[in-house]
Amino acid sequence: MEGNFLPIVFILSGITPIRAFPDCLEAEGGGSTVMTMCGIIGVMDKSRRTMDGSGIRQALSMMNERGSGEGAGYAAYGIYPDYRDCYALHVFFDDVHENKPLLDSALAQWGTIEHDEAIPTCDRPGLRAVHTPWRYFFKPDPSLAAPEDEIVSALVMQVNAARRGALIFSSGKDLGVFKAGGWPEDVADFYRIEDYEGYIWLAHNRYPTNTPGWWGGAHPFNLLDWSVVHNGEITSYGTNRRYIESFGYTCTMFTDTEVIAYLIDLMVRRHGLDIDLAVRALAPPFWEEIGRMPAAEREWNSALRLAYASAMMNGPFAIVAANRDMMIGFTDRGKLRPMIVGECDDRLYISSEEAAIRAMEPRVESIRMPAAGEPVIGRVIA
Amino acid sequence: MIGSLPPRYRISVDPVRCMECGRCIENCAYGVFSRDGDRIFVNSRNCTACHRCIACCPRDAISLEEHPCDYRSHPLWTREAREAIYNQARTGKIILAGMGNALDYPAIFDRLVLDACQVTNPSLDPLREPIEVTTHLGKKPASLDLRRREGGDVELRTRLTPNLRIETPIMIGHMSYGAISLNAHLSMARAAKETGTFMGTGEGGLHAALHPYQDRMIVQVASGRFGVNIDYLERGAAIEIKIGQGAKPGIGGHLPGEKVCADISRTRMIPEGSDAISPAPHHDIYSIEDLAQLVRGLKEATEWKKPVFVKIAAVHNVAAIAAGIARSPADAVVIDGFRGGTGAAPMVFRDHVGIPIEAAVASVDKKLRDQGIRNELSVIASGGIRGSADLAKAIALGADAVYIGTAALVAMGCRVCGNCYRGLCPWGIATQRPDLVARLNPDEASNQVANLIRAWTLELSELLGAAGINSIESLRGNRDRLRGYMLDEGLMQVLDVRGVGA
Repeated sequence: MEGNFLPIVFILSGITPIRAFPDCLEAEGGGSTVMTMCGIIGVMDKSRRTMDGSGIRQALSMMNERGSGEGAGYAAYGIYPDYRDCYALHVFFDDVHENKPLLDSALAQWGTIEHDEAIPTCDRPGLRAVHTPWRYFFKPDPSLAAPEDEIVSALVMQVNAARRGALIFSSGKDLGVFKAGGWPEDVADFYRIEDYEGYIWLAHNRYPTNTPGWWGGAHPFNLLDWSVVHNGEITSYGTNRRYIESFGYTCTMFTDTEVIAYLIDLMVRRHGLDIDLAVRALAPPFWEEIGRMPAAEREWNSALRLAYASAMMNGPFAIVAANRDMMIGFTDRGKLRPMIVGECDDRLYISSEEAAIRAMEPRVESIRMPAAGEPVIGRVIA
Repeated sequence: MIGSLPPRYRISVDPVRCMECGRCIENCAYGVFSRDGDRIFVNSRNCTACHRCIACCPRDAISLEEHPCDYRSHPLWTREAREAIYNQARTGKIILAGMGNALDYPAIFDRLVLDACQVTNPSLDPLREPIEVTTHLGKKPASLDLRRREGGDVELRTRLTPNLRIETPIMIGHMSYGAISLNAHLSMARAAKETGTFMGTGEGGLHAALHPYQDRMIVQVASGRFGVNIDYLERGAAIEIKIGQGAKPGIGGHLPGEKVCADISRTRMIPEGSDAISPAPHHDIYSIEDLAQLVRGLKEATEWKKPVFVKIAAVHNVAAIAAGIARSPADAVVIDGFRGGTGAAPMVFRDHVGIPIEAAVASVDKKLRDQGIRNELSVIASGGIRGSADLAKAIALGADAVYIGTAALVAMGCRVCGNCYRGLCPWGIATQRPDLVARLNPDEASNQVANLIRAWTLELSELLGAAGINSIESLRGNRDRLRGYMLDEGLMQVLDVRGVGA
């Protein structure tokens, strides 16, 4: 194993003080992007033992200092065992009666709707329901001569770019994103997330300044199997977006985090890179470090930087992402956003704040702060 | 009769300050000054505003005034329009002019502003944190075949095309030996070596004195093929095919026989005293596939070890041409905007043909991305890059790097007087006259050029840091970090930037 690369598992004692940075704001509007500060947390059970949503709700609310009550969201893996072979499409309708028939017919063209229903919600006084969340369990038509993932991702891009009052914000199998404008507790209670049992949960507490009242801008962001939560501001967004759009993705959410989900999808699913290599392309070592590497390692690290120069992300960020088999966390190369990792039995936690981890798991055994750019990758073993 | 036209400049010597040392007489190559008994006689009509006399006067006794005698002002019938007519009425010839476009087009660069971080993300301090400006020019794979061996080692299966690594995205563009002096070439070559960048040879071949710097030289193959042989190709770090030049798109070049001295004749491999004429097109390139063949030929000749660039003038169809070049084995396209400099060009071309580099770079970058071939081709912007702000803006519009030409000459003392084609450059730059060439000291001038590159690189790092970016590739094509100020909607669409406040 070369250098500090691929630190899959870490047990480290001692708690490093958390480096505090002023939280940043989110400005949106005018087709511009932006920035999120925010609190993030992810938890994964390596043996796929499920947890209900009450723990993550509790953890996220520990970070309300990092939010402003205008956006929060959760992603959960393993929640739809009855439909595990279907793509679970979570959709925001602006107006169900007007927009749904259009989407129904689009879906019918591409495959079969096995089942669809309104996502159960429960009115909260602090949360104004501006969209109607819906879910479809969808199977692409096997006679279409394209891989299923390809069909579904094209479908998502097309529907979202068309902006016809329907936004598909979650499209993986056996997983779902639940997000809205509001405080984390309200969003959790609105979706009744304690009713879902998942073995990976991601959550995000948002601080926007110029909210369009549009839920699509809340995290997590998802495409197919990958979901992402993000704290930071991507200063390279203009480069990243133009790069990813040249591969046929369309950025429709007005927020920088969206590109991360697409970049991971591009590199891992379409280009076949291992996730740790994809992360390395997004937050690569400095040329000076590459220059010090042994020849073979230097060669592939250079190649990664050259080929994916426009995918590289700049600016302050901490990111937690997951798919059905793993959860990863990484920061920018200067670590301008906090990221804490904890472990307890089979559970791996990655969060902005230690307090959030402890709220969920008071017995947490190891807590550590990975170095700048050092990825944390936890894989399920069951 | 037309009679004499009003002098362009008026030189006056303050008799109180002047001590009759005669430095102005020695230094002026154009014969403005002469000794008249115990005073200095001035013939302003010969003046080119090269400022050599002013720079050498120990007493600041000389002053220069432009257009001391006005024509009747008229918005359409400008001085330039009228004088061009007088000139052509007399000669019946094409008017030659030096340096870049002299018409009053708005500089788009000056209507674009850069971004900086406030609050929501921290700006970076280059003194404390690494800011990377290292740039790689050449083809890059669209994706990589990286396999994991038993034991976890990563194996790279994709073969990479050799790239040119520059420590700063500033290179020195092609100005030929012949157009400029050997000392000017030497100075720039040393500066390139010192600052970890590259310099173009121009079409004049590579003089033996430059062989010590050959790994920092990009050798040029232009339509005259002067100085091109296998030895020349092998010496360069990269090869550039010159199709066109921003100052005179669509036409060739002409080095007058008077300038072809023994040394130049050897370097260019042409008879002494003969005119060196570069035809308008390459006589073996009449289509894009012909170009691809020449690229392949040059690659074959140098065993596919060297990057090959193709330089074109920024013309209306520049984006589609670049997309064609990307489909050849070429590694980079150099786009020379309509403000690009020249030793001599027909004025009508210099001032009226071609498009601005800002729009050209933006549309090339976009076209290549739209076709999914941006990694196939690096983009080098040139033509009128005046400072680090232009550099940063060119990169944000989509360039990988820039070439500087005029700026490097100015760093050596050039005053942009625009009389390069006369071969009398009193600064020792655009001349072959040994006494004038000797005025340019390569030890000093190389330091000045290197200083300029270092200074711009420092400023670029500061701009990147302020924008919260620690690596140059995150600025490339990042139009989100630009805003247009007083630009029209149509142009902003081409540049893919939003207006200030948006």
